[in-house]
Amino acid sequence: MAQSFAPEAASAQPQAIAPVSLKTLAPWAAFFGILMLVLLYFVGAEQGATSVFSGTNVHEWVHDGRHLLGFPCH
Amino acid sequence: MNSIAVRGMLVRGMLAGLLAGGFALLVSYFLGEPAVDAAIAFEEHHAGAHEHGEEALVTRTMQATAGLATGVLIYGVAIGGIAALVICYGLGRMGRLGPRAVSALISGAALVCVYVVPFLKYPANPPAVGDPETIGRRTALYFLLVVLAVILCVAAVLAGKALAPRIGGWWASVAGGVGFVLALWLAFVLMPGSGIDAGHFPADVLWEFRVATLAVHVTLWTAFGLVFGELAERLLAPGGRRADAGRGAVGAAAVQ
Repeated sequence: MAQSFAPEAASAQPQAIAPVSLKTLAPWAAFFGILMLVLLYFVGAEQGATSVFSGTNVHEWVHDGRHLLGFPCH
Repeated sequence: MNSIAVRGMLVRGMLAGLLAGGFALLVSYFLGEPAVDAAIAFEEHHAGAHEHGEEALVTRTMQATAGLATGVLIYGVAIGGIAALVICYGLGRMGRLGPRAVSALISGAALVCVYVVPFLKYPANPPAVGDPETIGRRTALYFLLVVLAVILCVAAVLAGKALAPRIGGWWASVAGGVGFVLALWLAFVLMPGSGIDAGHFPADVLWEFRVATLAVHVTLWTAFGLVFGELAERLLAPGGRRADAGRGAVGAAAVQ
C-alpha cells in the first residue's frame, strides 16, 4: 500500500529542477553576456554619445530603431 | 543542468529573442513610424538643428524599414541571450516554479527594470526633441538608471529571500516590492532631470511616440517570456512527460 502510494505522489507533483552551479554558468555568461552587451551598445549608443567607429553610418542606419527602443539618440 | 543544457537554453533564448524582435518590429513599424514621420515633418518645417538622411547617407525609407529591422532584431537577440542566462540561474532557485513560470516572471521583471523604470524618469524622445549638445549626459544618465534598476531589483529579491524565514514568503515579497519602489523614488528625486525642452513640438505626437516605445518593449518581453518559457519547458522535459519532468528531464539533458 505504502509502496504503491509513493510513485503516485511523485507523479502528481513534478520534482524541482536541479539548479545550475555558478561554475557551469560563468563561462557562458562571461562570453555571451559580454557579446550581447556589445550588440546592445551598437544598437543603443554607438556614434551618439561615444564612437568606436568614426562617421555617422551606424547611427543613421539604426536611427529609427534607436528612437523607438527608447535610447537617447541625439 | 549542465553546460550542454545551458548552451541549449542560450541558443533557444536568442531564437526566442529574434522571434519576439519580429513582433516588436511590427509594433514599432505600425505604431511607432507614423509618430517618427510626424516628428521629422515638424523638424523639417521648423528647420531643426539635426538633419535626417542628409545627402542621402541613409534614406528615410531605409531607416524606417531595413534600418529599423536591424536595430529591433539585434536588440531582441541580445536581450534574449542575456535573459536566457538569467533564467538558467533562476531555474530551481525559485521554489517549485517550472520553466514557463520562471521565464514569465523574470521577463516581467526585466521589462520593468530595463525599460519601464528608466522610461518613467527619462522617457524616449522622437527626432526633433532633444539637444545634441547634451546627448552624452542624457545617455549616461539613462544607462545609469537601467543599471541601478537592475541592481535594486536584485537587492530586493535577496532581501526578500533573507526575510522569508522570519515573516513568511508572502510578506517577505511585499517587503521586497515596497523597498524596491521606495529606493527608486529616492533615486528619481536625487537624479537630475533630462533638461529636454520640447519647445513647440506637438504634445500629441510626443505622447503617441512615447506610448509606441512602451508598446514595443511590452510586446518584446511578453513574446520572449512566453516563447522562451515554452522552449525551455520542452528542452528540460522532453515529450512533456509530467511524471518525471524534474529529474528525468535534467538527466536527459545531462547525458546529451
